[in-house]
Amino acid sequence: MNELSLILTPEYFAVVLLPALIAGIAVSLCSSLLGVSLVLKRCSMIGDGLSHVGYGTLCIAVAMGWAPIQVTIPVVIAAAYILLRLSERGKSHGDTAIAMFSTSALAIGILVSSKANLTTDVSHYMFGSILAMTKSDVILSVVLSICVVLVYLLFYDKIFAVTFDENFAQATGLNVRFYNLLIAVLTAVTVVLGMMMMGALLISSLMIFPAVTAMRICRSFKRVVLSSVVISVSCFLLGLMLSLWLDTAVGASVIVVNLFAFAAASAAAAVRKKHMSQASAAEQTAKNPKI
Amino acid sequence: MALLRCEDITLRYEALTVMEHLSFSVESGDYLCIVGENGSGKSTLMKCLLGLKTADGGKLILGEGLKRSEIGYLPQQSEIQRDFPASVEEVVLSGCLNSRALHPFYTKVEKRRANEQMECLKIETLRKRCYRELSGGQQQRVLLARALCATKKLLVLDEPVTGLDPVVTTELYGILRHIHEEHGITIIMVTHDVECAVRHAKKILHIGKGTHFFGTCTEYAESAVGRKFLDASGHFEGGKDCCRPRHREEAQVNE
Repeated sequence: MNELSLILTPEYFAVVLLPALIAGIAVSLCSSLLGVSLVLKRCSMIGDGLSHVGYGTLCIAVAMGWAPIQVTIPVVIAAAYILLRLSERGKSHGDTAIAMFSTSALAIGILVSSKANLTTDVSHYMFGSILAMTKSDVILSVVLSICVVLVYLLFYDKIFAVTFDENFAQATGLNVRFYNLLIAVLTAVTVVLGMMMMGALLISSLMIFPAVTAMRICRSFKRVVLSSVVISVSCFLLGLMLSLWLDTAVGASVIVVNLFAFAAASAAAAVRKKHMSQASAAEQTAKNPKI
Repeated sequence: MALLRCEDITLRYEALTVMEHLSFSVESGDYLCIVGENGSGKSTLMKCLLGLKTADGGKLILGEGLKRSEIGYLPQQSEIQRDFPASVEEVVLSGCLNSRALHPFYTKVEKRRANEQMECLKIETLRKRCYRELSGGQQQRVLLARALCATKKLLVLDEPVTGLDPVVTTELYGILRHIHEEHGITIIMVTHDVECAVRHAKKILHIGKGTHFFGTCTEYAESAVGRKFLDASGHFEGGKDCCRPRHREEAQVNE
């Protein structure tokens, strides 16, 4: 506790904590929006695959002395397109192909960075370092997050249609390929932004957890999306506070808070289900008192 | 000019040719059932009609100003939908997307259209309910309402009664007859249930390995392939139960 009061000076708040808060909220928001579609479309592994590719690209960018994020975003968008094509090939082959593609990209990145002796420089992208983000990183995160949210809202109805029933959407003239690509591109941008904050290893769970938690307690798509956003942002804030208090890694703390939220939602859903089945049993008895 | 005409269609599934030299036409106001053995290419043909797959030979011509995007479609339920958190209203509204130009949100006209279809199928009281918590019959009504939002002319159904109990099956055939007769919507249905097909449809397309039959139900019942198929289904599917004329009110959908 003493440590907490020592580091929480106004200067520290303004220089380190505030930018981290802003960027964190923005990225939590994007990842929870896209997580809903990824989970429901059964392609959570695309998020994971993209984080591998992202980390590999970052390693190469740092080794070459390029601007890491600005190089990684277009490469991951291209990878998203390729992964989507691979996953369209049919379930079993798609899975294997995605795993091979993304781990190869990761291996090549690590190979380059180890040759250039840069492993320590890039390791914070593995576990995330939200408190070490530069001002330009924060501005980029916020601007791109706003773009992601706006595009998502603009195409919300179509994203719903493509997520719920791809065949129906295509049969009634919706360009399903375009909207799948749109979801993949938005995911790619979110994954790269999230890597700075959560690290490559944890970003996919930041997308998946809030969506799955919201699905436990909500029964319409709109509510799932809204709750997922609320859960994601609150878990981020709680996780950040927890990490300052206990002096733990931010990314890991946020995910652990998410895990507790998921457990709580599952328990609530189980209780409600029991309650509902009891209520319907009571209703049945009321209708047929003899039975 | 027919609403939809297939001329000498060939369809392949991966490297395998599933269907060759198939020709038939659907006129406005028809009620066509597509029957045939498993693996005869019924589903592939339906995908072709819907534009989800291109024909590997021959021509598919849409007439009377029908656009591809104006075909209402009732698909088989996918695994994704069984645990999808969506309200009935959200699902039905998504059928209106094809009529929408560029504006991002649903207009009042579209919402009214969705309401009308929900009323027509007696599911308006379920509008806030979660789709995955409904019974099989209720879910089919919701998907039917969505399909009707997407079309005013042609409805394509993919084995709509699979997995439904006889009472709900009878109800669904009743609803389809109502839609066909009262709203003048042309129906194409892929089905296993050949007895009900003969009873409810006007025309039958039987797809067999090598031979195809296309004609009215009476012609089908008298044809060699039709007799063989009907006899077999009478013995093994017990399909007569679900085809009895309706003599009871539709079960309550309200809970």
